[in-house]
Amino acid sequence: MSREAAVFARGLTRRFGDFTAVESLDLEVASGEIFGFLGANGAGKTTAIRMLCGLLPPSGGEARVAGCRVGRDTAALKRRIGYMSQRFSLYEDLTVLENLEFFGGVYGLGRAELAVRADELLPRLGLDADRGRLTGSLPLGYKQRLSLGCALAHRPQVLFLDEPTGGVDPVARRSFWDLIYEQAAAGVTVFVTTHYMDEAEYCGRVSIMVQGKIVALDTPSGLKARTGGADMQDVFLRLVDA
Amino acid sequence: MNRILAVARKEFLHILRDRRSLAVAVLMPLVMVLLYGAVIDMELRDLRVGVLDLDGGDRSRELLRATTSSGFIVEAERLHGRDEIEAGFRQGRIQAALVVPRGYGEDLARGEARVQVLVDGADASTAATVANYLQAVVALVNRDLLRDAGLAAPFGARTRVWFNPELVSARFVVPGLVALVLMMICALLTSIAITREKEAGTLEQILTTPVTPAQVIVGKVLPYVALGALDCAMVLMAGKWVFGVPMAGSWWLLAAYCLLFIVIALALGLLISARSPSLRVAMMAALMVTMLPTMILSGFVFPIASMPGPLQVVCRLLPATHFLVVLRGIMLKGQSWFPLQTAALVVMAAVLLTLAIRSFRLRLE
Repeated sequence: MSREAAVFARGLTRRFGDFTAVESLDLEVASGEIFGFLGANGAGKTTAIRMLCGLLPPSGGEARVAGCRVGRDTAALKRRIGYMSQRFSLYEDLTVLENLEFFGGVYGLGRAELAVRADELLPRLGLDADRGRLTGSLPLGYKQRLSLGCALAHRPQVLFLDEPTGGVDPVARRSFWDLIYEQAAAGVTVFVTTHYMDEAEYCGRVSIMVQGKIVALDTPSGLKARTGGADMQDVFLRLVDA
Repeated sequence: MNRILAVARKEFLHILRDRRSLAVAVLMPLVMVLLYGAVIDMELRDLRVGVLDLDGGDRSRELLRATTSSGFIVEAERLHGRDEIEAGFRQGRIQAALVVPRGYGEDLARGEARVQVLVDGADASTAATVANYLQAVVALVNRDLLRDAGLAAPFGARTRVWFNPELVSARFVVPGLVALVLMMICALLTSIAITREKEAGTLEQILTTPVTPAQVIVGKVLPYVALGALDCAMVLMAGKWVFGVPMAGSWWLLAAYCLLFIVIALALGLLISARSPSLRVAMMAALMVTMLPTMILSGFVFPIASMPGPLQVVCRLLPATHFLVVLRGIMLKGQSWFPLQTAALVVMAAVLLTLAIRSFRLRLE
């Protein structure tokens, strides 16, 4: 492999006591790829993402993200990734701009840099007119876009999205995915979990996790061909029930 | 540094946005100074005593005059029968009664007179004060009588009060309020701020960024240090201008000890937030651990010397107890050397800070 994978894991394992949440995870995601990380609730997706983001030390195996060794170069790792959790953690009593400035600020961006970045990001997120609005008064779809913006403020190489589109309407989801495509086109690696199987079709490749293990990893069309499923929903149900 | 400032700025915005909490944080200390300074008056001036003079002679009139001649008893109500005493107590018209029995004048001439003092014990602290006061009046009259008879009392005590000659309670209370306000702002508000962020899930979001837990803590705590210092200054100024609380010692020394106490309060707040599963628990714990003991057990209002032994030990374990000794020493006495208190405060700060940081780390895994 000439270029190093943006996300690479071999034998990555996490145990909590007797329970193995993630068992020997192997995967490789190329730069600029949109990688769908699917699985039922409790399959271990969030645990795996937390390890890859440096929030949780692995119990075994190795992983590299954006060239940093997971569990070792944590500080450098955190500078190169963006993370958007499923509970989009924004401050509701701050304005759109203040939220963006705060997250940019904790990534170490200076005032001038922050202003430039805000002028770049807010129009692209469709939030330019709302920069002075309190975040608490925004519709859910807007909050999700702002949350994505906060994760992008420091120009990360790898973007982790943990169920980013939960609870919004199809139109808002579509416009969110447009933003994801835009990032991927700009070379950002996107690692995304979702419960919406139509969204899985948007991904370059997809892995499906069952009880801590990856049971399938391929392009959506490859998975459909292999399992004989009509769509991703069908593929998912066949693999999870098997 | 940028990162700490980003956290501090954000926290400052939280405080500014929450207008009501801000108003409470700024106005409450002022209201407390005014209330406590005016209400907790250790001296009682408006005592009303009922007088039942069954003797009616010159000697009894002398005694009654002595009773009312000092400024303490505003009014001595003349009573006409024993039943009026109980009625007076029940209606709250009088707090005590002085009964001069029939034949007081003759008994006095024989050297074995008795007067009766009846006190309404429903309000214990007023009762104790009025009883003491009437005892003192009797002693005074006795001394005059002895002198008139050409005898001198074997000895007398002359009391002179230093550092607070008029025993103005505000001078005593304002230093305590400084401790209370610092505890409230620095421990209560920080523990709420940190627990709220934990509950909202934003703390985890912050931890995915390169910012370290130490930077988060320092940044979050800075605005509250500023708020605490502001409140502290307001309490001191109000004490100085409204109640004439003196400043005998050095402002710098006072500020240094306030800073030490702020560190202790912050460590407590941090410890509480790290150990509390929810915002509600954190608030209750902060109230129980910081405000109540500071109010009741630190010697702020109730003297520690009059508490039962085991409770006195608890008092000595409270940072506010030692901080109060230092504050009163600096402000009222101009003292500048507190080896014991300084050692106690520094040890407490070190222990609490270590515990707080350790349990905060544990909490964040």
